Amino acid sequence: MSALHIKKGATRHSAYNLRPTFSDVQERHTIAVLVENEPGVLARVIGLFSGRGYNIESLTVAEVDHTGHLSRITIVTTGTPQVIEQIKAQLGRIVPVHEVHDLTVEGPSVERELAIIKVVGAGDKRVEALRLADIFRASVVDSTLNSFIFELTGAPDKIDAFADLMRPLGLVEIARTGVAALLRGD
Amino acid sequence: MTREMTGAKMVVQALKDQGVDTVFGYPGGAVLPIYDEIFLQNDIRHILVRHEQGAVHAAEGYARSTGKPGVALVTSGPGATNAVTGLTDALLDSIPIVVLTGQVPTFMIGSDAFQEADTVGITRPCTKHNWLVKDTDSLSDTMHEAFHVATSGRPGPVLVDIPKDVQFATSDYSAPKPSTSHYQPIVKGDLEEITELVAAIETAKKPVFYTGGGVINSGTAASQLLRELVDATGFPITSTLMGLGAYPASGKNWLGMLGMHGLYEANLAMHDCDLMINIGARFDDRITGRIDAFSPNSKKAHIDIDPSSINKVIRVDIPIVGDVAHVLEDILKVWKARGRKTDEASVAKWQDQITEWRKVNCLAYTNSEKTIKPQYALERLEELTKKHDRYITTEVGQHQMWAAQYLGFEDPNRWMTSGGLGTMGYGFPASIGVQMAHPDALVINVAGEASWLMNMQEMGTAAQYRLPVKQFILNNERLGMVRQWQELLHGERYSHSWSEALPDFVKLAEAFGTKGILCSDPADLDDAIMEMINYDGPVIFDCLVEKHENCFPMIPSGKAHNEMLLGEAETQGVIDSKGSVLV
Repeated sequence: MSALHIKKGATRHSAYNLRPTFSDVQERHTIAVLVENEPGVLARVIGLFSGRGYNIESLTVAEVDHTGHLSRITIVTTGTPQVIEQIKAQLGRIVPVHEVHDLTVEGPSVERELAIIKVVGAGDKRVEALRLADIFRASVVDSTLNSFIFELTGAPDKIDAFADLMRPLGLVEIARTGVAALLRGD
Repeated sequence: MTREMTGAKMVVQALKDQGVDTVFGYPGGAVLPIYDEIFLQNDIRHILVRHEQGAVHAAEGYARSTGKPGVALVTSGPGATNAVTGLTDALLDSIPIVVLTGQVPTFMIGSDAFQEADTVGITRPCTKHNWLVKDTDSLSDTMHEAFHVATSGRPGPVLVDIPKDVQFATSDYSAPKPSTSHYQPIVKGDLEEITELVAAIETAKKPVFYTGGGVINSGTAASQLLRELVDATGFPITSTLMGLGAYPASGKNWLGMLGMHGLYEANLAMHDCDLMINIGARFDDRITGRIDAFSPNSKKAHIDIDPSSINKVIRVDIPIVGDVAHVLEDILKVWKARGRKTDEASVAKWQDQITEWRKVNCLAYTNSEKTIKPQYALERLEELTKKHDRYITTEVGQHQMWAAQYLGFEDPNRWMTSGGLGTMGYGFPASIGVQMAHPDALVINVAGEASWLMNMQEMGTAAQYRLPVKQFILNNERLGMVRQWQELLHGERYSHSWSEALPDFVKLAEAFGTKGILCSDPADLDDAIMEMINYDGPVIFDCLVEKHENCFPMIPSGKAHNEMLLGEAETQGVIDSKGSVLV
């Protein structure tokens, strides 16, 4: 092992990309973060994700405890198990963050999302849209002679499925809230 | 105790109540009320720097050399943006500093007012936490909380942005009390994990301690406990750049610094060990080299107060989240209670192996009688200053690595360097901060001429306060480390890595009314260094050294610890194209 005789070109990969002891499998996790409701706290959380190159699939935030000044941020993210662990640890470092819960690990949990979907059409397509909305238990919150706005609550998959069905029937616009989630049980 | 006072007065009162004796700053429109209050009192000394970056680095030097938080005070807009480099530097090296910035009045925020900048927005990613204080009622509590956050858990920089109307308005001042905020990091380590580590210590055949800046940050007690543990177990110990001095360089188990320009024996011990005990270090890429070849056969324990450091880069077997001093105390307690066992025979064999590696004498260099070799200059500096009450700061580059290799540190808080961020221009203002905290000590900034020029304006500060900081410049008229990489990686195309217009440093010193010394002959070096030490005032020591010296040993980018380059042997083409992507 002489240090003076190094095989040239011995390194095939970038050292930064080699994490052989870590799994490469991408996982989707829902993380609930309880934060002090103070100015800039959302920017801190989002800045952490962009600054460190993590993904955000969905993010919701609102104050949940008015007297305690606490907001709940629910983030759906994807990454390798090691990245997910880092995300949680990094979130925990933010000073106004009180608690970080990985609902995917601590689960089972319920996830719900609300969507409002505008469908424009006439005739059979309009009737079919209404029929499907009934099956999905979507309610009509606005209607004109050639359009509906449906309101639908459910797991993100259900909203995806409904949107897919509505697309050929005249879906023109969709607004989704992102995921809100809670652990099941007590 | 509550007293009504203006926001500006509150700021100064809070600083006093937090035990602050020195503030480094630069006035401007948005902090004038605070400067007025500073004028009206004598408890806090204000040091007028010549650039806000200098104020923050000086505060870092003060903090690093005392263990207390450093404080900087700057104005809004450009004052705040000039502080950004210092804040980032302190964030990466976990240095507790509190930076106070003025801000335009609250009713003008968002109007693109004169000298307005979104200071909390700009500094959010480069502070541990920051606050915009929107009314005077919350100012004193925010000030106290800022000190709490800066100094607890993993220390770091915080910033308090104070609009001018908040400084003028009055409210009740509240004195500091124990923080009631939810931010209370855990300092005690998990006893189960600690016991597992002790069990590993008892059976390890080839153990090594790998320590970092966290030991220094944890306070002098941590260094004492570390010495006790190392000496009691007889395990070899190496340290990162940031951790030098926690274990004395003269200690018998000392391996020297590890990492990219670390010592051969330290890096090979890391590579071949069977138990690695990381205490307050973070597996930085300067340390690990190629990650998939990093210490392949060892069980790894990691003690760190920041949970995000654990498993960030290297998967460890025994993670212990806690403060170094607390955890070391528990390790010693448990280890003693279980009978102070180690595998002495195997550890002795391991020490023999390390002795073999030491014989390589990796710091050997070819000396010259004609030109001063930088290594020689540092050897002489070490010899002539080591008996002094000495503090060393550095800039960034080859000289920094040579200083880490050739100077010995016997105690913590004696070595101030920019590790994580690698900030050229850090050392000179940092030396000013150190000298302010230790007025009678010998404070030397080991510098390269290029780094030093980045904050040379601080000569004004050194001269004004007659701070006897010694600027020991290893002048090779090159950006030495850049030049070295261009030689190794870029076909010896030395693109913009030298200066054709360097100042006459002696005349520069004289222009500031202080002393300059030029030395180019190895025979004159000792006398010149003595002259520098004995001069009562700031000195610029222009040490003209060999221009093309490379810094060895070196682990090239993308290589493992056992693939070190020891010298000029054959360095061409050693780093392949993939490795050259790394920095």
